[in-house]
Amino acid sequence: MLLREVEYAKPTSVSDALSALAAHDGARALAGGQTLINVMKARAASPDVLVDLNGLDELKGIELAADGTLTIGAMTSYTELMASAEAKARPILAEVVSTIADVQVRNRGTVGGNVCANDPTNHLPPLMTAIGARMTIAGAGGEREVPAEEFFLGVYMTAVGPGELLTRITIPAGKHDGFAAITLGADGTCIANAAASLNGSLRVALGCVDAVPVLLQPASADEDAVRAAVQSANLDPPSDVHASAEYRAHLAEVLALRAARQAKERA
Amino acid sequence: MSDHQVTVTVNGVEYEREVEARKLLIHFVRDDLDLTGSHIGCDTGNCGACSMIVNGTLVKSCMMLAVQADGATVETVEGLAEGDELTPLQQSFSEHHALQCGYCTPGMLISATALLRANPSPSEEEIRKALQGNICRCTGYWNIFEAVKAVAK
Repeated sequence: MLLREVEYAKPTSVSDALSALAAHDGARALAGGQTLINVMKARAASPDVLVDLNGLDELKGIELAADGTLTIGAMTSYTELMASAEAKARPILAEVVSTIADVQVRNRGTVGGNVCANDPTNHLPPLMTAIGARMTIAGAGGEREVPAEEFFLGVYMTAVGPGELLTRITIPAGKHDGFAAITLGADGTCIANAAASLNGSLRVALGCVDAVPVLLQPASADEDAVRAAVQSANLDPPSDVHASAEYRAHLAEVLALRAARQAKERA
Repeated sequence: MSDHQVTVTVNGVEYEREVEARKLLIHFVRDDLDLTGSHIGCDTGNCGACSMIVNGTLVKSCMMLAVQADGATVETVEGLAEGDELTPLQQSFSEHHALQCGYCTPGMLISATALLRANPSPSEEEIRKALQGNICRCTGYWNIFEAVKAVAK
């Protein structure tokens, strides 16, 4: 497919990338391109300028602090995350990204791209919400940190504003996590998904049922409490060819229980 | 609109070309370099017929811009055989009847080549997972799987 005409810039520093993004209203950051390039083919997005982040080594890599805190550069690919010794400190991360699409997509697709695209069927928005990740956003005025539950604002919309960039994701220590999904074929698009984290009190985040992940904080990790939390969320999920709203709400409850059970079994 | 000068090494041959930023890598390789072994199947990133190895990494070349390959080393299906001498994997595809219409074959060969380089002794599960991004419209998956398995050590 021939894309609409577009300018291309490949900055070599984050500050140059921020300048390029701020210089044009129609500028858009190009991370792995595994969503954006297809969206451009479909003319669902037509940026005037692509600011390619692939030359920014400062956005790559994973660090593990002594207290178990993980810092993941926004341009870290899924494959790099799966191969990272540091990322094993939070095993759910590699487990989940290893189920995203296929080898080729995992080789190019990035953690930052997944959360910034904020497609409601993506894996990482609910996971990052459940595990209490914090997103660092750089802009002309410096950096700010946003907790995941305030990062996802709407379908395809996040707290990253015009002229800004997600630079890294900070994830607290913890191992007692779970994730469950119903997908279109093995490792396919999620029809519904749920992430859970039982590091302290239980946090469950539901994906695919609203514009942004629905965060639940059940009174306990017992099944009845999880079920009650899902029911009190009064989910009103979208209907599509894969699942009616009613069925998707049912899946959300089942998946919340599965994810919470997995987190509990690891606790 | 501006053109960009790119230098790309494909199957050991260096090419210098001017490309528009909007040109996908698959179109650059097929139309500008006339290397038509790599196919365009779905053009939506699903089918894997356009798979190439870029700087040692398996990618779908319909989801990468040609300008992003500036300075890169690219391998396509044309680079596998040495003259008339097929690679063991290509030979195995022939022997196992691992192609029917042949449309997916370039991508299957490239994906399986990338797998066997990284992991010469893949398990059955690892072979299946490695070929997940490649769709065969003839549904000839079993023979493709057998062909790869036969050359796995």
